[in-house]
Amino acid sequence: MIYRESGQYKTSYEADRAVFPLRQDRIGIAVIIAAAYAAGVFGSDFLLQAVLIPFLIFSLAAIGLNILVGYAGLLSLGTGAFMGVGAYACYKLMTAFPEVNVVVWILMSGFFSAAVGVFFGLPSLRIKGFYLAVATLAAQFFLQWSFNRIPWLYNYNISGAIEAPLTTLFGVPITGATATAEARYLVVLTLVIGLTWLASNLVHGRIGRQWMAIRDMDIAAELIGIRPLHAKLMAFACSSYFVGVAGAMMVFLWYGGAEYNVFNIDQSFFILFMIIIGGLGSLIGSFMGAALIFMLPIGLGIVLPAITEPFGITVGAATIEHLRFMIVGALIIFFLIVEPHGLARLWQIGKQKLRVWPFPY
Amino acid sequence: MNANTTVERVAAPQAAPVAQGGAAVVARPDAAAREVLLAVENVSLGFGGVKALTDVSFDIRKGEIRAIIGPNGAGKTSMLNCINGFYHPTEGRITFKGETRQKMRPHEAAAGGIARTFQNVALFKGMSTLDNIMTGRSLKMRANLFWQLVRFGPATREEVEHRRKVEDIIDFLQIPHIRKTPVGKLPYGLQKRVELGRALAMEPELLLLDEPMAGMNLEEKEDMSRFILDVNQEFGTTIALIEHDTGVVMDLSDRVVVLEYGRKIADGTPDEVKANQAVIDAYLGVPH
Amino acid sequence: MDLLSQIFVEPFALMVEMPDLLVQTLWEGFVSGVLYALIALGFVLIFKASGVFNFAQGIMVVFAALTLVGFYAMGVPAIGALVLAVAVMFALAWTVERVVLRPLVNQPDIILFMATFGLTYFLIGFGELVFGGEPKQMITDELMLPTGASDFEFGGGYVRIQHLDIAAAVIASIMIATLGVFFSKTRIGRALRAVADSHKAALSVGISLNQIWVIVWFAAGIVALVTGIMWGARSDVSFALQIIALKALPVLILGGFTSIPGAIVGGLIIGIGEKLGEFYWGPIIGGGIESWFAYVIALIFLLFRPQGLFGEKIIERV
Repeated sequence: MIYRESGQYKTSYEADRAVFPLRQDRIGIAVIIAAAYAAGVFGSDFLLQAVLIPFLIFSLAAIGLNILVGYAGLLSLGTGAFMGVGAYACYKLMTAFPEVNVVVWILMSGFFSAAVGVFFGLPSLRIKGFYLAVATLAAQFFLQWSFNRIPWLYNYNISGAIEAPLTTLFGVPITGATATAEARYLVVLTLVIGLTWLASNLVHGRIGRQWMAIRDMDIAAELIGIRPLHAKLMAFACSSYFVGVAGAMMVFLWYGGAEYNVFNIDQSFFILFMIIIGGLGSLIGSFMGAALIFMLPIGLGIVLPAITEPFGITVGAATIEHLRFMIVGALIIFFLIVEPHGLARLWQIGKQKLRVWPFPY
Repeated sequence: MNANTTVERVAAPQAAPVAQGGAAVVARPDAAAREVLLAVENVSLGFGGVKALTDVSFDIRKGEIRAIIGPNGAGKTSMLNCINGFYHPTEGRITFKGETRQKMRPHEAAAGGIARTFQNVALFKGMSTLDNIMTGRSLKMRANLFWQLVRFGPATREEVEHRRKVEDIIDFLQIPHIRKTPVGKLPYGLQKRVELGRALAMEPELLLLDEPMAGMNLEEKEDMSRFILDVNQEFGTTIALIEHDTGVVMDLSDRVVVLEYGRKIADGTPDEVKANQAVIDAYLGVPH
Repeated sequence: MDLLSQIFVEPFALMVEMPDLLVQTLWEGFVSGVLYALIALGFVLIFKASGVFNFAQGIMVVFAALTLVGFYAMGVPAIGALVLAVAVMFALAWTVERVVLRPLVNQPDIILFMATFGLTYFLIGFGELVFGGEPKQMITDELMLPTGASDFEFGGGYVRIQHLDIAAAVIASIMIATLGVFFSKTRIGRALRAVADSHKAALSVGISLNQIWVIVWFAAGIVALVTGIMWGARSDVSFALQIIALKALPVLILGGFTSIPGAIVGGLIIGIGEKLGEFYWGPIIGGGIESWFAYVIALIFLLFRPQGLFGEKIIERV
């Protein structure tokens, strides 16, 4: 009864094309954002550091990949490496120009991954489907190799790792060892909200329509005047931008440091799984998928021992990891069979039901 | 049996649905005298050893409705594909608006003012009717990436302005009730209509229709014929159409070109084509 | 100038100066090429018959080997373990057909492709859960595979050839020949080729698609098992092998998705090209280029011939 559009008339095309045409939706989003900020102030360090920060970062990476796979229909297996490009670019920028604020560099680093993404996206004009997926593997393995074998990228550190130096925002440390989880969380949250808003504008406008046109019927899209290479490269650029920023945030606002193998192919796959489960071509699905895939091992770690311990069986961390692989794999197949549009579609169906509740006929 | 029916239809176009609906248009005698919009000269097209088109020449004049007919596999769709740059003729040339081109990409053809619908509906299945038609406006939208990112200023103004145009098309095609429906869920006849809408959104000078009435029932065919005539008369759009329903073709078009096995066998007004012995042979078959 | 000489002169000079090294490198490349070709063969079998690009083929190789070694570790004699491993591959084929393929029939290719990602991760988790995640030794001796090596004198030096590698090449050839006969001479082979041409037409003449799918997935499983044994004997058996198994993908791009000769030629090109690249040109840019060299070869190749070595030019229709 509460969730209704009745009585909300749209009198202009401006109002009709809003992202959240329903008042209830707008209120809901506002409440969620407010709660997210409140969590930063009242949440425990564990909640922030182990759950919310990585959730937000993975969500952003998933949004990036969703632009490419879900909206433009170009399958990429190189997400991990593009995150790496963002992270290493950010590291180089930070250490070369320490006087500029780190948030600026995190946002700038995305442009580097965008450029690299465009380069590796060039073959997408001639090849599609599986072929393109294999081509992106070239990016994955080549870039990962670069992070390891080109010492200039990690400033010739003996350890071969990159580490977040101490930096501040408004006098509060946000990267490095002394930065509190709270400060980092608030930065991450703000950046993710801002970037999600930009992504949402993109996919709801002309560029988003062009991507979907290319995805649904590339020949027809070209025949109505969409330049395929232009649209596809734009998708690679935008996608890699978000992915790269997510990578930079991952290293500087979450891990505090990283080695080349953080950005391996498993990382690529898990982000791909997030969007398959969450819903291809859906921004809210990116958040849901990230939540499910990322929270799964945490949940398993809590739930499994609780079930098995009374029977005297101890579950090791390795077993949980194996189970996680199994469950994720099974979930992928399950969602592809039962609901190829992922959690986002289930969410929509739920809303639809709520709209007519309690009188469905 | 089939061949017989066809001949009857060729011989008796007045029995065609459009004529019954009272929408018959007398072929305008001046069609042949107008300015040439598109000229196809000696075009041949081959794929490896297979020749899809051999030495075909014809022209399309401003403001006319030009039909391309012929039996299955005659090369009609290949011809349209050549015109809008999806295939490149192996020989010959195509001149559009006085410009001859060797290799033109489809999006360049679109920018030049050629729009197209497809034999098997080629809509963007994941998008709504509105978005499908809006996509047809892509070429006319200019707001840059920055404004689109912030969804403000020029981007919004542009969206609204084009939305208005798109709504006009939606009204014209009488499909406002399916504005927000994903096109994948629409029945076939409506999908064809949306596809026409998408092509119209491009405000083309030349509209290519590949079997706009295939698989439609009588009523839908009448509607579609009406839309085609309206587009031609109200917007002055030049139309080239492929259609199997000979009755419809004879009623709608000003001039007809007939292809068989990739060759042109006849060209002229519907009445001339109807009387042409080669055409009758092509449709009926010749005893060997 | 120096760099140009390093790239264009010195490697070739080295090849001529020390032909034994060159032959050794070529041989190593040949052997890994054979193994890549075998993995690619599994892909081709499945792709031809069901149109599924089975990303999990590489994992099936590791999974098959792990099953074999795992059963042996549980005390089953080597032959028994081999039989059990074959049985497991059949069970896998049957389950995949039931659980994954059948519900997804008529879905877009890319959906099935992604479903095989799910299969990949499921198999990794399942294999490690049952048999443990640590690397294992292949039971080379117990399966009566030859070990040891022979040295041949060549061009002023010695070329060392592992007996196991020879065995691998021979077994691979036998298997490919058997598959060839199977495809061209038997009733099932004919049905397989019919399905490869057109699912619908095959259905209309009474070929059971589901049965065919089980058969090809099982055949691919057997190929995977053989590949796994060979590969496991050359290194450890662990899921780290999957990175190598992924190299079958560039092989497929070279050879085309549907051509068995293509898979073989592509495998050899990638195997040899990669070893030569690593040995002669790798040091210039820091080594370790084996991890991506194959993909880059394939990528460059794709730009010029998107349809693969043996594929026909694709004509798009609207």
